[in-house]
Amino acid sequence: MTIIANPGKITANMKIHLPNSAFIGNIDPFLKNIDFSDNQKLEITANQNWIAVHPVVLSMVAALGFPVKPKNIICKTLTAKSAHYLQRMGLFKFLGTESGINVEEHEPAGRFIPLTQIKNSEELSYFIKEIIPLLHLQPFQVDPIRYVVSELVRNVIEHAASQTGAIVSAQYYKKSNRIAIGIVDTGLGIKKTINQSYVANTHLEAIRLALIPGITGTTKREGGTEYNAGAGLFFIKTIAKVNHDFFMIYSGNALYKLLKTGSSKLHADPFDDNHSKSDSLPLWNGTVVGVDISLSETKEFSELLDLIRDVYSKTIKERRKARYKKPKFI
Amino acid sequence: MKIINIFRRVGSFAENKDIARDIRIKEIMPAIESGKNVILDFSNIDAATQSFMHALISDLIRKYGNEILDQINFKSCNENVQKIIMIVTDYMQEGI
Repeated sequence: MTIIANPGKITANMKIHLPNSAFIGNIDPFLKNIDFSDNQKLEITANQNWIAVHPVVLSMVAALGFPVKPKNIICKTLTAKSAHYLQRMGLFKFLGTESGINVEEHEPAGRFIPLTQIKNSEELSYFIKEIIPLLHLQPFQVDPIRYVVSELVRNVIEHAASQTGAIVSAQYYKKSNRIAIGIVDTGLGIKKTINQSYVANTHLEAIRLALIPGITGTTKREGGTEYNAGAGLFFIKTIAKVNHDFFMIYSGNALYKLLKTGSSKLHADPFDDNHSKSDSLPLWNGTVVGVDISLSETKEFSELLDLIRDVYSKTIKERRKARYKKPKFI
Repeated sequence: MKIINIFRRVGSFAENKDIARDIRIKEIMPAIESGKNVILDFSNIDAATQSFMHALISDLIRKYGNEILDQINFKSCNENVQKIIMIVTDYMQEGI
């Protein structure tokens, strides 16, 4: 916690530090060090030599800073040579602050989607139709990306009750030929949403339930409501899983992270997949989702749908069977 | 016979659930209730999300039972769209 001297007043700031590296695989220390003390003020610091972060990190900073008045955002002068990346992704424009960065040379156009706020269905449709094509990818590569963005952002619009909507950003990495996507909100969070229909005593249990196909906070009924099936997050986890990509959800004090290693076998229960988890992180009011999609290894979407169909049906059958009443033999 | 062109409503990527729900409530259900068969025409649709398809057809199966699938035809679906439809019709019938 940082204490800022202010005549006649002492204030504790919300504080976020951008390390030299924070991608899904090594994001845990970054999350542990976020300080949410006072959401009226935000202090942003960064590694002095190098900043390389996943778009989900930028989406988090933007979501945290968005409701804060620009005069209450303190951004330490960024000296890292790579700091211009934050400017290119639109972070300072988003926060309404000055970066203090002198961009010495014009950056070549990159394949990235700068920080974008999406608040409703129309903005989402526009984003999918007009913004995603800016990544200049092949149609077969675009399918999983627009699928992921659509399902995740619709979750935010429908369930999160986030005043700032969803904050989205994405980056294509040429060397590894993958796209990294971050979608963040500061709404109800998964536990409150799931608890409308299911009992989840912890944030981690709520995340687990949210990832199981057919479980939605809107109803306990099998098959969901006429509008929600409870399958969106399962589909997205599956896209990452079968392609051996990272996927993370952080909500409340809990983080679930699908790891890249492990078998491709699809499981309904996310805890059966190779993963890491934590339930002692600083409390994020809302939901943070980060996903990587390897474009060179992208499994045919149709194959993936076959796998989903099998597991989904099996899961519902098992769930129905678990509810069967047993005959009493006396 | 009622023919509903999905592309005209949503473009090539069918993901807008609000429109899916509108199509179901304002076009499919009135046609079904007046005894007509329905053709959902997916010509020019490249891809669809499970959420879109759920909002379009799940409540039909819940309300009218799986016999409703005898009254609806899915036209010109590519392989992926067919698979999304099958996922939704499967889990809705499993859950009946």
